Amino acid sequence: MLTVSGLTLSRGERVLFRDLSLTLAAGEAVALTGANGAGKTSLLRAVAGFLRPDAGTIAFGDLEPAEARRRHLHWLGHLDGLKSARRAREELAFQAAWLGADAAGIDAAVDLLALNSLLDLEVRQLSAGQRRRLAFARLIATPRPIWLLDEPFAPLDARWREALGLLMQAHVDKGGAILAAVHDPLPVTARAFDIGVGR
Amino acid sequence: MSALSILFRRELALAWAGGGGPLLACGFFLCLTVLVPLAAGGDPAGLRPVAGGVAWLALALSSILSLERLFERDHEDGALDLIALGPAPLELVVLAKAAAQWLAVGVPLAVTAPVAAITLGLTPDQAPLVALSALIGALGFALTGALGAALALGSKRGGLLIAVVVLPLFIPPVVFGAGALERGVNGLSPGPALALLTAYVLFAAVVTPFAGAAAIRNAQG
Repeated sequence: MLTVSGLTLSRGERVLFRDLSLTLAAGEAVALTGANGAGKTSLLRAVAGFLRPDAGTIAFGDLEPAEARRRHLHWLGHLDGLKSARRAREELAFQAAWLGADAAGIDAAVDLLALNSLLDLEVRQLSAGQRRRLAFARLIATPRPIWLLDEPFAPLDARWREALGLLMQAHVDKGGAILAAVHDPLPVTARAFDIGVGR
Repeated sequence: MSALSILFRRELALAWAGGGGPLLACGFFLCLTVLVPLAAGGDPAGLRPVAGGVAWLALALSSILSLERLFERDHEDGALDLIALGPAPLELVVLAKAAAQWLAVGVPLAVTAPVAAITLGLTPDQAPLVALSALIGALGFALTGALGAALALGSKRGGLLIAVVVLPLFIPPVVFGAGALERGVNGLSPGPALALLTAYVLFAAVVTPFAGAAAIRNAQG
């Protein structure tokens, strides 16, 4: 589903890693680990097409990369892309619809993530954990096979870590794939991939 | 509903959110044009020859005000990453955002322009020409403004940088627009100047999407 081969990435003058290869199959979750600054986020950004690698290739099966990124990828980074002055309902509706969700998908995501009571609030009134749940809702609302997650659990409490873990497990069980940068173990069956200590 | 219309409607909502940015731009436009007679002396006869030029200068400056909102906010809060993974290519995203900028800010400014021009000493019978030329010119300002906003992405002094990048690009429409008004005042057909203004808009419509999308990709890396 995703094949990274011989990847070399640098930020400015600093080389993050050289010749990194990684495969992600359908129905598989990979937990990216590594020290701070080792390049976990940069690897995810390169897969999403935001960062141009110095060398190596990133392939999405038989799909053309630009097309795969526009139709098959979900991205959840440190920044959630939510506008703090707008209502949660408007932001969820835009994010999910932009990525291709229909109304039924959005309703299902609202139910699964218990967002109903938050929808009429402005995003600025939400806590960090509530914002994360709202951002996560677009992944549930829009079926896309590959999820790229950067520290998805950081602001969440224990209950929601478990709940999101179950949703991730369900995604993997349905044949989806997850590549997640994490410090703590993922609450799903996942293969660990350590990219090292950085330089 | 197509993806681009979803984005377009969001851009319009964002432009009007938080205190009505377009009204602010119109207020700034009117303030500038009221200041000029006060600063240059109240003699309408002395002001009339430069009225068209001053009106266009004020229009150009007012068009810059909300450009920083166009890409920089989405870059800061991560929404640009999300938008880049949507179904539409970035080139069309840039075009949709510029079109929304024109509808949200440019059109209200064009509607305000006749009032500003009359304040500066143009006669009311010039009002339709002022509004029409401003409507076309504002589309050019929105397109090249979007390009400037994309080029300034990620820099710490984004707002100021946008103004410095964009103002030189605004020279042709200001010249053609003011030229159209001058021809109108002198009883000549404004057609040739309006044609040049339209040509500028078409040129910007071709260049902005590609150059703007490249600048955004560069800023995301």
